[in-house]
Amino acid sequence: MLLAQHTVTGDSAHVKPTNIGAHDYFHKVVDCQWACPAHTPVPEYIRLIAAGRYSEAYLINWRSNVFPGILGRVCDRPCEPACRRGRVDQEPVAICRLKRVCADLKDDIQDRLPRAPENKNGKRIACVGAGPASLTVARDLAVLGYQVTVFDNGAAPGGMMRSQIPKFRLPDNVIDEECGYITNLGVETRYNQWVDSLRKLVDGEWDAVFVGTGAPRGRDADIPGRKEAAAHIQIGIEWLANVAFGHTTKIAKRVIVLGGGNTAMDCCRSARRLGGEDVKVVVRSGFEEMKASPWEKEEAIHEGIPILNMLVPKEFAHDNGRLTGVLFEKVRAEYDAKGRRSLIPTGEPDLLMECDEVLVAIGQENAFPWIEKDIGLQFDKWDMPVLDPVTLQSTLPKVFFGGDAALGPKNIITAAAQGHQAAISIDLFCRGKTLLERPPPMVNLVSQKMGIHEWSYDNQVSEEERKKVPVKALEKTLKDIKLELELGFDPYMACAEAERCLNCDIETVFTVKTCIECDACVDICPTECITFTSNGEEDDLRGRLKAPAKNRDQALYVSDVLKTGRIMVKDENICLHCGMCAERCPTGAWDMQKFFLQCAEAGTEVRKT
Amino acid sequence: MTYLAKPKLLRADAPKNTLGYTRRDYEGAISTLCAGCGHDSISAAVVQACFDLDIEPHKVAKLSGIGCSSKTPDYFLGASHGFNTTHGRMPSVLTGAALANRDLTYLGVSGDGDSASIGIGQFAHAMRRGVNMTYIVENNGVYGLTKGQFSATADKGSKSKRGVVNNDTPIDLVALALQLGASYVARSFSGDKEQLIPLIKGALRHRGPAFIDVISPCVTFNNHAGSTKSYDYVREHNDAVNRLDVILPRDQINTSYPPGSLRRIVQHDGSILHLRKLDTDYDPSDRVGAMNHLQERHALGEIVTGLLYVDSSAEDLHRHLNTVEKPLNLLGDAYLCPGSKALEALNASLR
Repeated sequence: MLLAQHTVTGDSAHVKPTNIGAHDYFHKVVDCQWACPAHTPVPEYIRLIAAGRYSEAYLINWRSNVFPGILGRVCDRPCEPACRRGRVDQEPVAICRLKRVCADLKDDIQDRLPRAPENKNGKRIACVGAGPASLTVARDLAVLGYQVTVFDNGAAPGGMMRSQIPKFRLPDNVIDEECGYITNLGVETRYNQWVDSLRKLVDGEWDAVFVGTGAPRGRDADIPGRKEAAAHIQIGIEWLANVAFGHTTKIAKRVIVLGGGNTAMDCCRSARRLGGEDVKVVVRSGFEEMKASPWEKEEAIHEGIPILNMLVPKEFAHDNGRLTGVLFEKVRAEYDAKGRRSLIPTGEPDLLMECDEVLVAIGQENAFPWIEKDIGLQFDKWDMPVLDPVTLQSTLPKVFFGGDAALGPKNIITAAAQGHQAAISIDLFCRGKTLLERPPPMVNLVSQKMGIHEWSYDNQVSEEERKKVPVKALEKTLKDIKLELELGFDPYMACAEAERCLNCDIETVFTVKTCIECDACVDICPTECITFTSNGEEDDLRGRLKAPAKNRDQALYVSDVLKTGRIMVKDENICLHCGMCAERCPTGAWDMQKFFLQCAEAGTEVRKT
Repeated sequence: MTYLAKPKLLRADAPKNTLGYTRRDYEGAISTLCAGCGHDSISAAVVQACFDLDIEPHKVAKLSGIGCSSKTPDYFLGASHGFNTTHGRMPSVLTGAALANRDLTYLGVSGDGDSASIGIGQFAHAMRRGVNMTYIVENNGVYGLTKGQFSATADKGSKSKRGVVNNDTPIDLVALALQLGASYVARSFSGDKEQLIPLIKGALRHRGPAFIDVISPCVTFNNHAGSTKSYDYVREHNDAVNRLDVILPRDQINTSYPPGSLRRIVQHDGSILHLRKLDTDYDPSDRVGAMNHLQERHALGEIVTGLLYVDSSAEDLHRHLNTVEKPLNLLGDAYLCPGSKALEALNASLR
């Protein structure tokens, strides 16, 4: 990654001054927002939660990620591993669960949501599937006056959020509420309708078609005994859907779940609640390499489910059509020079684990049986549609993709982010504009100075530990699969957790011409991230700082040349955004300025330059 | 300035010294001086020097008088002994403390008002008696606490913030210290920690009176055009005679220097002073030469900085008085108060 631009002057390499006008620079400093696929302005809504302004916090979320209540419970939270707090403290801020707080504690916000205009613009859009991607497209376009119709073979909106995520993690009423905000925008819904032909849509009355059909097919374990014991072996996501809709209400006592992803975790925890007493998860890889999020693994373990690693399923053992167990080969991981892993049998005897039922959760695949092969929509060698990764347009110009159906299975927040992009593309397409001229984000940078040592943000750094979300007693929750396990933070816990946020969006902005090089900022900085030194080549510069800047994923903020010929270098990696440098600066050369970035939405005009 | 305490969060790889302390462990309370005050940089330099030297904080006594400079011991070494004396009286209180307990490292912090005016007599006698201490004067040429009147170190002809010209001749504390018998004399600048930190380290490891005059701009009252103690003026007129590295006996010496460019001085405790010469003719063991050089450069308007004089074989007050090795608080009542018979015998011997 290019962290600082280089230029060569004379015979020595120098780092060029940082261009803070390029909005990516400060955006990247806000680690959580940068990591969020939808670029939700996280610190901004966390401050609103601390202030008890839950509705405003919810609306900021709603605009960016469409499903705050849902994501506040089940998001993959790429923001948290990125959180700066994790680099200077034990654990990151509980961003995800704070999002749930604003959804739980908000007032009725229906009146504050945008409405669809009375007069439509005459364009008709078909969205196939009623999952997070399609609903995002529907929302973004409906408010612009598009007539959007959503097709789904289910009886209610939500897609995999409703069919695959267990109710004890995500209750139906949350899905109903947040999908309702979208269907209330005059979006036409055609439930219980299986779209069996893309040709019909393309040839029909639609100006554009959006495909958000997810990754509906669960991968099977094709090993001996699969056919013979078929009655006792189920595909994880299909089984979860049956559980979600109440078709399946019990399971055998001894259950093995194959797979190490989040679906496997949902399967094993659901099995525990439906009568499974001896439920195990068996995974090919090691514990650390498992695809499941760390917290989902923790929760499974908390519910008394062992996770067994480095075991490859070899055969389903059966007796007269009755499953008796699964035979596993013991393996160990070996890595080649390129870091690629291969699983090598250890040579130990195979392990037979007895069980009565198996849930196979070893991956999901895309399937487009309803898309005709001859209508001009190209698929690649993995049977995925050929798309422009930015515009999400397929080779059939009026057909767009998003969510798991677009670039392979990811998660809800990515689906929402892609939904926004597809909506921008569809809007540009319908208006006859160039799709690659994307509207820029709305960016704002404003000083937070209120007085000599007063800022309009709370710059005192909390030293509290991460708060754990309270849960209901296991005895109760293991008996009722619909009973939500987590209680969510109460307002006090939420405030304490929100205070842990370091306000990374309050940026340190340096002005060369007012600096008198008194060193006050260097002396006060609690993490020693500011250095005044001579310029040089980046590697050399990183090593010479007061605290050497070893994390190359994080940028150096480099000033232009100062009076003494030196430059100011700030390592963004460990800055606490406490504002002490700015408070100690006698000339105001340092200032704390709030950086706010809101991604462009469909309908935003491309600025004329 | 901030009222908030520094957050305790540290980066995971914050360096620790051999005692297991981080640099932050040598800090004190949050400074209440004006933002940008040179004194805060000196405090930071003291923190760094003590961290580098693995000094146990409870083995340091920091004493000061009155003034902006004398407030600073509150802002570093929060776990050390401290004594804020009356105005200008730091040297005598420190002398008493040093006589009572020679096991501590004594750091006296004073200002130009505290040492060159009200306390000049105290300063002079501490130097001439050879008290084993590090004496730092945070010299900004003005009385900052009382709105910036000239102090006794303000240069003749320099202008106050309001444009008043100073007509009095300045007192050069470095020249006085040289003349009065200080055995380690240096001058530095708060805006140049690369120079200042090693000078403080060398002083802390020196036996005998070590004096450092640190020019420390007052951002509020003495950092304007016409001032000779502003950041800009000192940077323009800084004439460093050498650069110091302090090498402890445990350290490996990996750097090499061209012949003639380095002077190596071993102090009584085994620490080595590596002086990289910037002025090849300057000899830091020549007291008279140092005094002459200082006067010559001063006449040209230059500010001479660096380690100006060092006598590594110097003796201190304890040796002169032949005092007992043990601190008085460890001697016990019977030893400290041998009784009326012993007193009578002593009196008789003096009759």
